[in-house]
Amino acid sequence: MKVDRASRYTRTHEWVRLEGDEAVSGITDYAQEQLSDIVYVELPAIGEHFGKGEVYGVVESVKAASDNYMPVGGTITAVNESLADEPQQVNTDPYGAGWMIRFRPDDPAEIEQLMDAASYEEYVSSLEGAH
Amino acid sequence: MTEKLIYELSRPGRCACFLPKTDVPPADLPSEWVREEAPLLPEVSEVDLVRHYVRLSQLNYGVDTGFYPLGSCTMKYNPKVNEEACRLPGFAQTHPLQPEDTVQGNLKLMYDLQCYLREISGFAAVSLQPAAGAHGEFAGILIMRAYHLDRGDTGRSRILIPDSAHGTNPASTTMSGLEVVQLRSDSRGNVDLDDLRANLDDRVIGMMLTNPNTLGLFDEHLEEVARLVHGAGGLMYGDGANLNALMGIAKPAALGFDVMHFNLHKTFSTPHGGGGPGSGPVGVTEELARFLPGPVVIRTLDEEACTCGPDDEHDEFCYRYELSQPGSSIGRLKAFYGNFGVMVRAYTYIRMLGGAGLRQASEDAVLNANYLQARLKQVYPLPYDRPCMHEFVLEGRLADAPGIRALDISKRLMDYGMHPPTNYFPLIVHEALMIEPTETESKETLDAFVDAMTRIAEEARTQPELLHDAPHTTPVGRLDEVRAAREPRLRWKPPAP
Repeated sequence: MKVDRASRYTRTHEWVRLEGDEAVSGITDYAQEQLSDIVYVELPAIGEHFGKGEVYGVVESVKAASDNYMPVGGTITAVNESLADEPQQVNTDPYGAGWMIRFRPDDPAEIEQLMDAASYEEYVSSLEGAH
Repeated sequence: MTEKLIYELSRPGRCACFLPKTDVPPADLPSEWVREEAPLLPEVSEVDLVRHYVRLSQLNYGVDTGFYPLGSCTMKYNPKVNEEACRLPGFAQTHPLQPEDTVQGNLKLMYDLQCYLREISGFAAVSLQPAAGAHGEFAGILIMRAYHLDRGDTGRSRILIPDSAHGTNPASTTMSGLEVVQLRSDSRGNVDLDDLRANLDDRVIGMMLTNPNTLGLFDEHLEEVARLVHGAGGLMYGDGANLNALMGIAKPAALGFDVMHFNLHKTFSTPHGGGGPGSGPVGVTEELARFLPGPVVIRTLDEEACTCGPDDEHDEFCYRYELSQPGSSIGRLKAFYGNFGVMVRAYTYIRMLGGAGLRQASEDAVLNANYLQARLKQVYPLPYDRPCMHEFVLEGRLADAPGIRALDISKRLMDYGMHPPTNYFPLIVHEALMIEPTETESKETLDAFVDAMTRIAEEARTQPELLHDAPHTTPVGRLDEVRAAREPRLRWKPPAP
């Protein structure tokens, strides 16, 4: 499993990192691996606001459909439109070309309170040990 | 593909039927309604037409061809007597708009079926309207919402659903315009009580719970779950999809549920899996009866027809059966009266088995599942290792065959002539293989399944490519599911000339 050192992580397997005064988010390498080949990504409208933990979109693979949760509260400023034609970018480059949303966080400091890469790796290995 | 598309068999000018010359003047259609080109329809002779569809029908796999342990789907054998009954002209040739007086037999059958389902479930009232399981869920959620609104409680919009639920539960909730709150399962596969407590408040309409759940486990805290939900003013919705484990043993109403749907097409043995039709009646407590979707069938004593003396017991000829809309009904959910043909089959099944037979069906379903679980856990990981109900969930992965996934095992099983189990559901088990043998399978069939699964595990270690490329014996080999989803080709087009 790959992690991006510059990102913070949620227990629901989203990554988020600050770029200037905006944040970028997507799903982790572990999440894409669990879902297997992704065939469809549903993304929100620009300008929509979501609270922390609210569902902003859906990813669908041949195995399952799964909700995407907002890592922290914020207002959507851009979505990765290229995923409509090439959803496989989430599989091949989850932290780069497979990004899903850019948003203006309500409180950028909240991002710092999420798991860092090392804690997320530890969290995932605890899941693998369980069922 | 072993069989060409009928369009590929087509040759211009061939025809399987010849219509006589019309002896009435052609209708004068407005020109904008007349198509400019003839539609692209296949042109084949009668014999080619018949052979094409007979060959296709022989490529089918169904309960009548072999073992079908598709977890959560209850693919039990459907007795042929059910088909005989529903084809009786008195049932098959009635029209839904016939006057009630001329269809008293049909109405009595529906009334009796309502009564049997009440007896089996313990609920006070049943509506046969919904056309399938998820439709029954939708009805149940609207009933729960109507109950709160009727009390003047307008602040509730949330439905609690465990992460082991059927996917239809959150879908039905969303369809009803309500909000889903997902609850965790604990390490024994029960609802996590702490997570439940943390999410219970006056915004909760109720909870949807499948019991036994999708792991095939009876929730060990069920009474406590119901007590907590009721304590917060919420209602308990029971997903009756897994009723096949409980008939004649436990009544869902007595377990604390307020509403539940039945899957007649699963539990009560009517054909399904090829598109239905299904039937998903909904049962409710006394308090909720007036919200049921209608019409339901009621009966009243027919003073004119009844010749009973004061001490006689009334028989069926003393009653008049009629359709009635419950007082505060959520409304009609289906044209006419639900899927009547399915009701006749389910009624026949119940009458053929009787109370003791239904109980034995459930007991045997549970016994068969436990037999398979006990033998297969020697071969594949069993994440929740305790006695199961009518189904269980294995992990389709092997420590010493790292490249093998549940999908490979399932595809290889087809080479052994069996239908694969449900894959990748429930989501809380890695590489899930969900296995439901049902009560209608013999020990020999169950043993043959164990043998096949054991040999596949050996092949996974010694010849993994055999699994990766499976199936080998089916009309088509491994399908590219990813490409089919990403680049669907939904329509045949003639090759360019």
